Parts: sequence; structure tokens; C-alpha cells
Amino acid sequence: MSTAAAKGFLALELDGDGAHPAAWRKARHAPAELLDGTRVRATVLAAESAGFHVATFADGSLTPASSEPGGRDIPGRLNALQRAAFAGPVTGSIVLVPEVDTVYTEPFHISTQLASLDYVSGGRAGWLVAASDNAADAAAVGRSFVSADGLAREAADSIEVSRRLWDSWEDDAVIRDVATGRYLDVDKLHYVDFESGVESGGAGYSVKGPSIIPRPLQGQLPVLAPAGLLSTDQLSAGTADAVTADAVLVSAPTPELLAGEIAEARAAAPAAAIIAELDVVLDARGQSAAGRLAELDAHTPWQSSRARFVGTAAELTGRLASILETADGVRLHPAVLDVDLEELAQLVLPALRRRGVLAPQQPGSTFRDLLGLQRPASRYAAATATAPLTASSAAEN
Amino acid sequence: MTDTHIGNGFVPSGQLQLGIFFQGVNSGTVWKSPESGSQTDFESFRRIAQTAERGLFAAFFLGEGLRLREHLGRPHALDVAGRPDAQTMLAALASVTSRIGLVATQNTTYNDPADLAHRLSSLDLLSGGRAAWNVVTTDNAWTGANFRRGGYLDHADRYVHAEAFVNTAKRIWDSWEDGAIASSPGATAWATPGSARPVHHEGKHYTVDYVPRLPRSAQYRPVLFQAGDSPEGRDFAARQADVIFSAHPKLDDALDFRRDIVERTVKAGRGTNDVKIMPASEFILAATPHEALEKKNWVRNLQIGPEQAIAYLEQFWGCELQGFDPDGPLPDIDPVVEETSETRGSGFHGAKAKQLADQWRAEAKDKGLSIRQFVSARTSRGDSSFTGSYTEVADRLSEYARTGAVDGFNISPWLIPTGLDDIVNHLVPELQERGVYPTEYAGTTLRENLGLATPVRQEAAVGNTAVGLEV
Repeated sequence: MSTAAAKGFLALELDGDGAHPAAWRKARHAPAELLDGTRVRATVLAAESAGFHVATFADGSLTPASSEPGGRDIPGRLNALQRAAFAGPVTGSIVLVPEVDTVYTEPFHISTQLASLDYVSGGRAGWLVAASDNAADAAAVGRSFVSADGLAREAADSIEVSRRLWDSWEDDAVIRDVATGRYLDVDKLHYVDFESGVESGGAGYSVKGPSIIPRPLQGQLPVLAPAGLLSTDQLSAGTADAVTADAVLVSAPTPELLAGEIAEARAAAPAAAIIAELDVVLDARGQSAAGRLAELDAHTPWQSSRARFVGTAAELTGRLASILETADGVRLHPAVLDVDLEELAQLVLPALRRRGVLAPQQPGSTFRDLLGLQRPASRYAAATATAPLTASSAAEN
Repeated sequence: MTDTHIGNGFVPSGQLQLGIFFQGVNSGTVWKSPESGSQTDFESFRRIAQTAERGLFAAFFLGEGLRLREHLGRPHALDVAGRPDAQTMLAALASVTSRIGLVATQNTTYNDPADLAHRLSSLDLLSGGRAAWNVVTTDNAWTGANFRRGGYLDHADRYVHAEAFVNTAKRIWDSWEDGAIASSPGATAWATPGSARPVHHEGKHYTVDYVPRLPRSAQYRPVLFQAGDSPEGRDFAARQADVIFSAHPKLDDALDFRRDIVERTVKAGRGTNDVKIMPASEFILAATPHEALEKKNWVRNLQIGPEQAIAYLEQFWGCELQGFDPDGPLPDIDPVVEETSETRGSGFHGAKAKQLADQWRAEAKDKGLSIRQFVSARTSRGDSSFTGSYTEVADRLSEYARTGAVDGFNISPWLIPTGLDDIVNHLVPELQERGVYPTEYAGTTLRENLGLATPVRQEAAVGNTAVGLEV
């Protein structure tokens, strides 16, 4: 994402009943109606019709308040990738980005699942990379706990496996050539032969390939990573067409401090889109945002590492317009989905559209289109076309 | 006269159900016809799932292979390949269907129990209680080359491991108390504290320490399918499965298989009708018997072309046989036994090549068959195919319903995405007229539509630790 003329986009996190742990107390449905398809459909359609460009789906460990024994908030969550897949056929323009862990998951499965998500959404899929630092996630699958310094490596390795597997079928590998009886052109399928590093006692692994599904519709799904997860070197690794991360999510303690963080992230990953993270509580239903927040916090305090906006729709509109002067996108985490999304839809997004700061919603376009990214050629196709195979380069393939 | 008695107090339901198996790999799917659609695009899946639902099918079934098939050391080129992830596709189909069951084939060797159980639970909740898991095992290191664990499991251990895995999954699905979730936002807590019981499993290959994140679904937990046919596989199914995706569609075989399964099921302490049987099958239908036969020849020619016929033999000979005429006799050279390289990922294992070649040559010579005719006969699913007019086949199927040989058929369409059209438009009404097929869905969940009882809750709270016994 580089052109100054490009317009900003807005993402909405659709987890649970909202980002506040006590959000379920203000939801407009019974708690038992949260974990089903009807709810997923309703929220993602509301986000799309409000004009959001991207919906994200959180996964993994829940907030401490809910997962601790005796916690009083929501302890359950449907698998994020499946929620996104469920939303695929019922939406037409909104981009669907599930969070998927890279540490305690199988890179081969993730790659196949994400490629499949791209097919069921018509090329509107992305991947929000997570690296779990929760010992409970390790215990669930019987793996040794990966400490903080191993997380970046696990994440970078898993991304690299997916990127290679997505390229392992060249675009025209399915030939259906009746004359020769061949469905596939085997020369356009490639082993990926990934070998992870083995460092400090961690278990290394390898992935052979090729993928079991053809190349995703977008060629490569856009990959989003939280700032700070990957090093500067890791961020820009990969091929020229497919660097490790296409977008970086930036947090700051307050909205005012976001600008500095955005500039820093831009310097660390010049090729990546920068997305600012913002918690949002709005005046609603005749109640002030501060009053609503106090009421929610009285049930369970909201611990969040993101900047928080608490105020009126008009103030938020101004704030977002100002953030979008430097960031490419903003991801909103509404305190209570059923309440704040309505305010966003009726007041904030229309005002931002009037100001002309938002990219248009375009049915049929891909996530790469939204980010201004070309559809890249497969790295394996490029290697064949530009450099005749020598013994050594063939071995590297 | 076929002996139709089953024994052990088994009472036929007199009814049939249909399922659809979207294959996505192997030679059964015709890709050379202009009507053959995409194997990957969502529209193919949507079209066929919605057609099946119009025909009141009980289940939509997806397979899985975790490594791309290979032939003589390279990816296999001749058949359809490249299928989407089963659960991701089924989650998408859940939003555009409302009654049909969604069956995902998933491997117990290269998945983690907590992760797989959680994802199946998600699918079950998203679909309103329509998810099922077809439990498969593998042991080969060749598939393991795509996974962190690599090839770690001995062939002999695969069912022991699968069963420990399935028991752990059941405990995860059953771990939330019913009614644990608050009925209104005004409650003190979202869920009754302590209502999700932790699951602990310690085995030879896996340790699971997990607090399940999801409640039970409208059908309590996903339905279990199983397809293994060895004595071990059958006993596993008799203990664990709700439905067997069997390989015995011929009436005599189906009756024998039913007797065997009923006996094993009773021995396992379950009821005679607790395990449903739905054989894999192929239907080639037309308005008249003659047209159906012509259609069958056309389909067979497209399924097994000259290239497939030679490639089929190459798997067992272990070398290239391109020099042999597909319309001539079987190769007179002997297999390169030590180099035998089966088309991997297609389920052929452990064949003794030389012995097999001698036997096949004798058989082909005896019957006067060319390579192509021989391979076509071997792979034609001769036993699994129902060819005939709509009324003819409906009469044949009624006999299965009457005798209780099967509970239904899992149909592999040979054409995507229109391969169910004639079945739904013509065969289903014939079956309904004969009173052997539903005229509406019995309920909203897969369990209800298959006539399965509510499962007994698996004990979740007590750690089931048996090192050395379970793997």
C-alpha cells in the first residue's frame, strides 16, 4: 500500500458480543443465542451494510476474566476460520479475515483451510496471524510451551509454509487436456520442501507439499500481523511479490499516541499497509459513552492494550479521519456490538463517506484489490520463466 | 433365493436415506465431458448440495487426502484432484442449506484431538446440529511428510490410536453441562461457573489438557461415520460409529455385512439398529434400461481412458508401461517388485505385485479382455453401480429397504455439479411412491434425520489415564 491517493478502509472485529468482556449483558439476544450461525450471519451482514470493508474474527485464548475459573463472562467461541467461511456465501463485498494461531497448529492444515476460505468467499479472504503465548494452548495439544523469543520464528515459519504451498500449484496447473488424458500438468506442481530451523531445543519440522488444493483465487492471501510480532527482517522476508506480512496492526496506549506508532511501523515495514487498532465506546440510547463504559466496567473491568476512544459519533468521525491521514486503515473494536455498531452505521460511516476519506465498497473485488496489491505470479512459475533451472537452483526448489 | 434373515432381533426400518459423496479425487468423476464443472469453485458445491437438499438427502459428504496423490514418484496427472478443506467448505455450505447433514472426513493421525473436536463442534453449532465426522486413520510416513509430527504411528496401532482419539473428542463434546448458559443477559454469569469440565487424556502419542470452549449442539454432538472394512475397522465402528460408509452395496454382500455388523454391535453392548449402514454407490439412470446401458458405456469410457488404464497397471508393475497397447493384452513383463510405487493416497496398500500380475494375466486371458477392458472392469465399481431405468432401480432399492440390508446409499455422482439432477428429479419420486423414502425431513438435525438416538453422555470429568494401553 503506497500510493497517497489511496483511500482508507475500515475493519470491524466481530468477536462475541463486543470487545468489552461484559458486552453480553447489553446484547439484544439471549446468551445461548450467541454461538450459532444465525448470530454470525446477522453481525457480518450488519457490518457489510454499515459499509465496513473488512470483518475480522478473533480466535484462540479468551480474556482472563472469562477463562479463569469462576469467571463470569463468555468462556466460549466458535472457530474463527469457520465463522469466516460461513459468512463467505452470504456476503458480497466485505473482506473476511480470521485470526489463526501459528504456534500450536499444523501449518499444512492452516494453508489448506485459508486457501479454501478464499474459494468460498470469492477472493475476499485474509489471514490475521496470531502467535499464542498461552500455556493452556500448548497443553491442549500436548506440545512444549514456546517462550516469547520463539513466537516470531513460529509465526514467520508458518507464514512461509502457507505462502509456498499457495504457490505450489501454478495458476494453470489444471489443464483438463482431453487429447492427452491429463487433468493436471505435473510440471506446474511443486514440492515446497520447507525446513524449519531447530533452535534452542525447539522441535523442528518439515513440510513436503505440494498443496492439496489449487492456488487460491487471489494467488496469495493478504497476511496481517500485529506490530512487534515479527522483526523488521522477518517482515520484509519472502519474495518481492509476497513479503511475509502485507499489513501490520498497530496499537498505542491512547488515540493521540497512534500517530507515532504508525510512523514507526511504516518505517519498519514500508511495503505493508498500516492498520491502527481502536477500541470504541459511543454515546448511545441517550446514554453518554463514559456512562456506558462505567456501567460495563462495574461488571468486569476492560483490560485492553489498544487505544480507546470514548465519546460522540462526531468526535469519532474526526478522530478516524485524522488517523486515516497516516494509516491505511483502522480496525474498530466496539465495546458492545449490538449498540455501538448501530451508531457507527448510522452516524460515523456516512459522515466519513461524505468527507471522502473511505475507499468505495466494491462487490466482486478481492482483498488484494482493497490493499492495492497486484495478484502475484507463483514464485515457482517465476523461477521457471526467468531463470533456466540449473542443478543448484533446482535443488533449492 | 437370497436369505434375507438378519438375526439378533434386527427389525428392518423399511426406509432408505440418501447421501451424496462429492469425491474430488480419483477416476470416478468424469472431467472430460463439456458438462464437467469446476472441482474447486464454491458454486459447484453449492449447486450439488442444494440439489441434494431438494431431494431430501440426509447427508453431504466430503473426503480428505492429506497428500496429493502420486504416481511413479510424481503427482498423479490423470484424475480430478485438488479439493478444498472439508470443514471450511462445509461451514460455507451451512449458510446456504438448512437441513442436509454435513459430513467431514478427518484424519485421527494428523490432527490434534482438542483442535479437531473444537472445529467439529463449531461446525455443529454453526449448522444448527448438522455436522458429522467420518473418522479415518492413516499410518504412512509419506503423508506425515506434510506435518509437524512426521510419520510416527505404526500400522498396527492406528485403530487403537483412533479410538483413544474418538473417546477424547466425545468427552470434549460432552463436557459442558446442559443448560449451563444463562437464559437472559440479566444473569450474574454468562455460564454457570464450573459447568465446563476439563478433559485430560494421557496416551503414548498425545497428552491433552483442555477446557472445552463450546456447549453441546442441537444434536448434542457430531454424528460419527466410519468406513474401515477390516475386522478391526468393523469392531471399531460397532463400538463407536453411528453410520458405516460401507463398501458393500450388492444385495447379498450387503445382507452379509448387515448380519456381521449387527452381531458385532450387539457384542459391543449396543442395540441392533444403533449403527446405520450406507454403502458407497454410483447411479447411472435413464428413462429406459437400454438408454441407461448406453450411458454406462459412455461414462466408463470417460472414467477409464487409455491413459488411466495403463497408469492403473503401472502402480502395480512399478514401472512405465507406456509401450503397451491399451487395447491389447496385459503386459507380458513382470512387475519390478522392489520398485512398486502405488498411486499413493488412493488406498492401495501391500499388494504382492508378482502374484497379482500372474493372477490378472490369467483372468484377462480367460475372459478375453484387453488392458482397458480389464482395468475398466476392475475399477468400474461393478459392485457399487446401479444402472437402469428409474423404475427398475427404484424396485431394486425397495428390496434393500424391505430386507433391511442397508439404511441408505451414499451416492458418488460421476458428474459435477449436475450429477444428482436425474436422481432427485426422477428416482426420488419413484422411491417416495413406493413408500421407502421420506417425503419431508424428519427434523432439523442430522441425528433426527438419520433416526439416531440421543447419545449417552461420555464421562468428561474423570481423567482417563491409561498409559501404554492408549496411544
